[in-house]
Amino acid sequence: MLRFLGFRLLRAAVTIVLVVSFAFLVLRLSGDPAQIIMGADAPPEAVAAFRQAWGLEEPLYVQYLRYFGAILRGDLGRSMRDGREAITLVAERIPATLALTVPALLIKLCIGIPAGITAALHRNSLIDRAVMVLAVAGFTVPSFVLGLLLVLVFAVQLGWLPSGGQDSWRHAILPIVTMGVGGAAVLARFTRSAMLEVLGQPYIRTASAKGVPWRAVVWGHALPNAAIPTVTIIGFMVGSLIAGAVVVESVFSWPGVGRLLVVAVANRDLAVVQCILLLVAATMVTANLVVDLLYGALDPRLRNAVRGA
Amino acid sequence: MSELVSIRGLTVGFGGSLALRGIDLDIGPGEALGLVGESGCGKSVTWLAALGLLPARARVSGSVRLGGAEILGAAPAVLDRVRGGRVAMIFQDPASSLNPVHRIGRQIAEALGLHQGLRGAAARKEARRLLDQVGIPDAGRRLDAYPHELSGGQNQRVMIAMALAGRPELLVADEPTTALDVTIQAQILELLGALRRDLGMALVLISHDLGVVADTCERVAVMYAGRIVEAAATARLFAAPAHPYTQGLLGALPPVDGPRRPLAAIPGGVPEPWAMPPGCAFAPRCPQRLPACTEGLPAAVALGPQHSAACLRAARELVPA
Ligand SMILES: Nc1ncnc2c1ncn2[C@@H]1O[C@H](COP(=O)(O)OP(=O)(O)OP(=O)(O)O)[C@@H](O)[C@H]1O
Ligand code: SF4
Ligand SMILES: [Mg+2]
Repeated sequence: MLRFLGFRLLRAAVTIVLVVSFAFLVLRLSGDPAQIIMGADAPPEAVAAFRQAWGLEEPLYVQYLRYFGAILRGDLGRSMRDGREAITLVAERIPATLALTVPALLIKLCIGIPAGITAALHRNSLIDRAVMVLAVAGFTVPSFVLGLLLVLVFAVQLGWLPSGGQDSWRHAILPIVTMGVGGAAVLARFTRSAMLEVLGQPYIRTASAKGVPWRAVVWGHALPNAAIPTVTIIGFMVGSLIAGAVVVESVFSWPGVGRLLVVAVANRDLAVVQCILLLVAATMVTANLVVDLLYGALDPRLRNAVRGA
Repeated sequence: MSELVSIRGLTVGFGGSLALRGIDLDIGPGEALGLVGESGCGKSVTWLAALGLLPARARVSGSVRLGGAEILGAAPAVLDRVRGGRVAMIFQDPASSLNPVHRIGRQIAEALGLHQGLRGAAARKEARRLLDQVGIPDAGRRLDAYPHELSGGQNQRVMIAMALAGRPELLVADEPTTALDVTIQAQILELLGALRRDLGMALVLISHDLGVVADTCERVAVMYAGRIVEAAATARLFAAPAHPYTQGLLGALPPVDGPRRPLAAIPGGVPEPWAMPPGCAFAPRCPQRLPACTEGLPAAVALGPQHSAACLRAARELVPA
């Protein structure tokens, strides 16, 4: 168990290092931050001074080593825009993002899972087809299109809800629904196929053959098995609580982490972008770790593997 | 009649084709019946249909009476009481027939709760006794094992223990040994025979191998393409098979004593359900075919006490012209 955990933690750390390194390189190879931040018409001396101040004139590998040294000391750098700590800037935005993503996650779970189960239990029925059509629609329509559609209908046409901003809870409704609907569709499809797979297994027939009433077959025998693959996708959704709102925050001008990321990328605000990506990688990796441990709890066949590893 | 189970005209269709084309079969209390036939002839479907275990899209008609009461199309609550409580069923692949995420003790206790009202410690005690009874060593500890921690043979014993939990009047064992090693096969068959004698329950042993049912069963029914083509007491069937298909199956058996000779397998294959030949389904492969055989379905005729066959030639030989 401990070895398993140690191995997983190591893998998690490597993943994070790779993500951060990749971001570091791409950001530096895709345009000069000094030029972008100072403006194209800035005097060359000013740009040079900016470079000097932020250590940008040094060779890439020196910058890279310095960056990692700082991270290990817990220093995630400062924004090149206003000089504040990147971590502070990001932390300020997290509550706003969670205010969207947490309710959206609840919608995904509360709609997606029951819809998927119902569809699987009534395969090829009207309910199943309706769920699948909605699921495919929710799955294929990109969230910015859905978001814009919702704005058109509920904000522009009906005038029931505001189209953007963060002044009251009413502003949060459309972005939450936009995210929740898409995610519920994904989860419904996933739950349905996991459930169908399980319902076709011989042990389900055994349960019926020994006289277990159908409801108890579904709850006691099918769901615990169907939960195993479904946990993967739920873990992914939990892992994107921080970073999953980039598109929707942009559509609804919601001042969360996602919008901060978009702005910081446009500005080549290196420390801020890297800080966000580090955070994203860390949440993803943590969620994955939890999923792996949950597998062990849900599936006794894996429990031994976990213990033995 | 005092039959325990009485099946009449049982017909099952999937999509456009018929998997069962009118099954008539009786099982007396405590009787051991072998149900034999090639893969796909409908042995499993017969009993899945009888217990209402086929998917909803299967079209089932006919009659299945248990102790005189019709159970085909009975209400779910009635069927739940019958399944496991009066008629239990075990399957071919024991490893995938047990729920992988539940402990064995829990799976047996579930059946005990449903059919005997036992819960908690009482259920556990009885589950342990059942595991002992089916010959699982160290039963107390095995209760807490998961199916993947046991061998195939042990899992089949667990399936049997679970089937016994409801004290059924009939146990349907659907190819219980096909997935197991030869030595384990013999042990499981022996166990089934012993349990039947000790508990006085009836047994239907499904197999594609006449040799498997010979020792365990008093009577054998041979199926071909969704029908029962011959039924007789085991000794009689082996001594005087009337249907050419049965004769072919017996010819394919290795002789128990005497020199080994090459198996005379029946040439040709089973017709697909959607391409049934007219008349006798066995006609394309039958070495004794008569011109009239392709004209109409041969009806089952009684050839002696407890012996019947659905074959034109057998019927004609019975009444010499
Ligand atoms: N759920 C199903 N859907 C469609 N067709 C089915 C289904 N179950 C069985 N069949 C068909 O019904 C026929 C009889 O199948 P059955 O399983 O009863 O054969 P069997 O005699 O038990 O053979 P085996 O020795 O392979 O188990 C086959 O043609 C099979 O394809
Ligand atoms: S009815 Fe005819 S074809 Fe069919 S088994 Fe008998 S002799 Fe052969
Ligand atoms: Mg079968």
